[in-house]
Amino acid sequence: MSDTETLLELRQVNKRFVATDRREDIVVLQNIDFSLRPGEIVAILGRSGCGKSTLLRIICGLIPASDGQVLYRDRPVTQPVAGISMVFQTFGLFPWLTVLENVELGLEAQGVPVAERRQRALAAIDMIGLDGFESAYPKELSGGMRQRVGFARALVVNPDVLLMDEAFSALDVPTSETLRGDLLDLWLERQIPTRAILMVSHSIEETLMIADRLVILDSNPGRVKAELPINLKHPRDYTSPAFRRLVERVYEVMTATAVGEQRAVAGIGYRLPSAHVAQLLGVLDEISHPAYQGLADLSALANALELEVDDLFPILEALQLLDFAQVADGDIHLTLHGQAFLDADIQRRKVIFGEHLLKRVPLASHICRVIDERSNQRAPESRFLRELEDHLSEDEAERVLQVMIDWGRYAELFAYDYDSGVFSAENPGEGPTAV
Amino acid sequence: MSEPLPSVTLTAWPRLPNRWDILLLPLVFGGLFLLAWGGHQMTAPYTFGAELPISLDPAMLPGYALRTVLRMAIALACSLLFTFLYAKAAVGSRRAEQILIPLLDILQSVPILGFLSITVLWFVQLFPGSLLGPECAAIFAIFTSQAWNMAFSFYYSLRMLPKDLYQVANLYQLSAWQRFWKLELPYAMPGLVWNTMMSVSGGWFFVVASEAITVSDRTVLLPGIGSYIAVAIEQRDLAAVGYAILAMLVVILITDQLLFRPLVAWADKFKFEFAASQDAPQSWFLELLRRSRLLQLAMALPDWLWERIRPLMLRRRKRRLPLPKLRYWRRVDPWLDVLWMTVLGGAAVASIVFLARFVSTEVSEAEVAHVFLLGGYTFARVVILTLLASLIWVPVGVWIGLRPRLAQHSQPLVLFLSAFPANLLFPVVVSFIVVHHLDPEIWLSPLMILGTQWYILFNVIAGAAALPNDLKEAAANLGLRGLLLWRRVLLPAVFPSFLTGGLTASGGAWNASVVAEVASWGSTTLTASGIGAYIAEQTVRGDHPRVALGIAVMSLYVVLFNRLFWKRLYAFAQRRLAFD
Repeated sequence: MSDTETLLELRQVNKRFVATDRREDIVVLQNIDFSLRPGEIVAILGRSGCGKSTLLRIICGLIPASDGQVLYRDRPVTQPVAGISMVFQTFGLFPWLTVLENVELGLEAQGVPVAERRQRALAAIDMIGLDGFESAYPKELSGGMRQRVGFARALVVNPDVLLMDEAFSALDVPTSETLRGDLLDLWLERQIPTRAILMVSHSIEETLMIADRLVILDSNPGRVKAELPINLKHPRDYTSPAFRRLVERVYEVMTATAVGEQRAVAGIGYRLPSAHVAQLLGVLDEISHPAYQGLADLSALANALELEVDDLFPILEALQLLDFAQVADGDIHLTLHGQAFLDADIQRRKVIFGEHLLKRVPLASHICRVIDERSNQRAPESRFLRELEDHLSEDEAERVLQVMIDWGRYAELFAYDYDSGVFSAENPGEGPTAV
Repeated sequence: MSEPLPSVTLTAWPRLPNRWDILLLPLVFGGLFLLAWGGHQMTAPYTFGAELPISLDPAMLPGYALRTVLRMAIALACSLLFTFLYAKAAVGSRRAEQILIPLLDILQSVPILGFLSITVLWFVQLFPGSLLGPECAAIFAIFTSQAWNMAFSFYYSLRMLPKDLYQVANLYQLSAWQRFWKLELPYAMPGLVWNTMMSVSGGWFFVVASEAITVSDRTVLLPGIGSYIAVAIEQRDLAAVGYAILAMLVVILITDQLLFRPLVAWADKFKFEFAASQDAPQSWFLELLRRSRLLQLAMALPDWLWERIRPLMLRRRKRRLPLPKLRYWRRVDPWLDVLWMTVLGGAAVASIVFLARFVSTEVSEAEVAHVFLLGGYTFARVVILTLLASLIWVPVGVWIGLRPRLAQHSQPLVLFLSAFPANLLFPVVVSFIVVHHLDPEIWLSPLMILGTQWYILFNVIAGAAALPNDLKEAAANLGLRGLLLWRRVLLPAVFPSFLTGGLTASGGAWNASVVAEVASWGSTTLTASGIGAYIAEQTVRGDHPRVALGIAVMSLYVVLFNRLFWKRLYAFAQRRLAFD
């Protein structure tokens, strides 16, 4: 096979989830097109909820695509195939099998004879640096060692394509750096027969350390927003100016349309980002720091607050939604409202937050209006959930309402009783006490 | 179940037996011999209705005990098979699940005598002229006291299986067979072992009912501890009752040491946790098994054979089996659903009509109403007794649970106590009531909760033992004491586990009413009016329509009580009191 040939090709892959009694399907992935060629490491980067893990599962045949095709060596993937294996974020180890038995599992399923199976598994264990731990159970190992078992299990079947689903994100920083470095060494020295690696990540620096190409996914619905080639030489240094420039470039691409684009879909079905008020305040506080003077570079901000894309972007979106900050071209700057909110005392902050909620979040004003119209000033959550489910999936509707409750409670717009699931106008504690 | 054991390569062949083998060999051969003897006895020629002499000579007890154990073992094997097939079927298809799971709920509420009286004649006809007929009926009865909760446990485990493990199994294309042994069974193992232990206790509780089979005024006493107890009670032989208790104690201790302790210790490795626990259960017998080389070889043999056979099978099967469909139920054809519900509804209506006609050939409406009233009496007893048992055992359980040393030893004790058949207390209770001229309507009732109250105790102990340490420290730090500590900390913390115990206890009490509302000691028979007594009496008379009526009414009560009371409390506890 020549190098120009593609190993894996995605053609107009769509994923929709159908829920009963819904007018329209929920689109998770939209028209994904891209290809993976031999010899490259490609990273898919995106915020949580952009469907990147779903995409990986479609690629390896665990779940079917709604439309479009995944081609592996020119043949469509409809169920798991022997040439593609995956490393899981949560390791996916069987706690009742030893390290050796876990690694042997895939070979056993292929019907490899016992002697060969043992020999290959031991070789993989050896290669990944687990020798000595063959007879250990996963519960005896640290997180890093467990993920090494995950890698050994994925590599022992000699896959053409290795998929990594947030493979390092459950590990602490030094552990994940070591493991990542070891994997990269194996890859660069051609010690593993794997011809291409496709990884999914929400850490910009992690992807830039390994990948040859970056595919940035937009969210809601997930679609390819941009592709960036990374031409840095290994070993890469994340403090080098070239690397920092790339980081900023990625932020620019990601903020170009990602934040705020949703505003086109106004109305109560807006997917409120999962951000807590304390997080919003923390970010505002950081931007107003004298070093930034109200205008901060996102990569610097992410570094200072130690936030990954997954945590940072919902906060940015919430700030922008509430008009406390503006985000554009990889920068964030504080608005006047944001400054006022930050400067106010605890009680005043609640008032400002409430005003902005009512003005800029249709769901908040909708809930308040419904409660107001009712004679007993109470409304059940099921009612709002039903309305949200016209636009969102069941889980998403619950998540959005959860965010709304959290914000509404903070602003004291309404009270919500967990036991009965009822929204009301009264202040918590003044009504009949919960049993 | 060879696969999950420590795997051993056959390169260990040339090695000599070690000292553990010398200990183990006699045990194995002794066991084989006893099995052969018991099996031979079970197939002895027999004509239905003929008297089988049961001797109260204590020397006969070991033989009887063996035969009882053998029956239980066979029933247990059947229960396991049933469990696997039933739960897999329920998980495999949404439509099957819609019937199978509620059905299990109902089957669980049918008392053991109900199954027995209806099936015994059928089994006798199946094996004419052989003792195998009544034996099968007894085994079936024991099976019905074991299988349901095991199937439930396996079903729930299958439903709770972590998603990522499923995906790993799919990704590496494990066959359905490999999936079962590598993933499903191991994951379900801890729950299954615990439920198996409960089931065996349940089997002991009904040992008299399952062996001393009375149908249509004819009594078959199958040789076994249950029949021994029945005869001892009939002949007012207190010494024999004592021997029976002793024999049961010994048998339960032996099964605990040789079967359940090793199983629990072994199943510990299947607990789905990624933190090594401090005190894993220990078993000397499991140690012995693990160290014995011959046994390891024997266990490795199926693996070895499998490896040789499999290439042949793989060659034949070119295409892989389609992946089992799991949890992709969302996309359903509404019309098929409607059709399915119509078929089910039709079948339900037909069954009701059939049952009503069957019953109404014999029973008047007034009697049906009377049976419902009897059900009400038993209902009142169950409620009051569960309440009383809770009032006693919740505080005791919390007290024990907060003391880890005590809590550790509670499990075997609870299993023994719950295995203790109510019949063994008949002499004491009946004499007590007769001597003091008490009202049997009230004083027979405690027998109902006798076996099942321990589940309340046990679950509360487990709940209290699992109370997070930081909560205990916070409570102490805040100076919570007395009533406030109980109301705000201890009771809410043990409430979810109390519900599990309470549900088991009340369900068990319903079943136990069949043996507890009629108590006899020699010629003295005391009866409390209730649906259990009704079923027991109609069974003795062989009046099938009335037995069916009694069972149907009792099941109705149990299912309604569970749905309207326990399940709601469950939902409440899940929402409010779960730690997460």
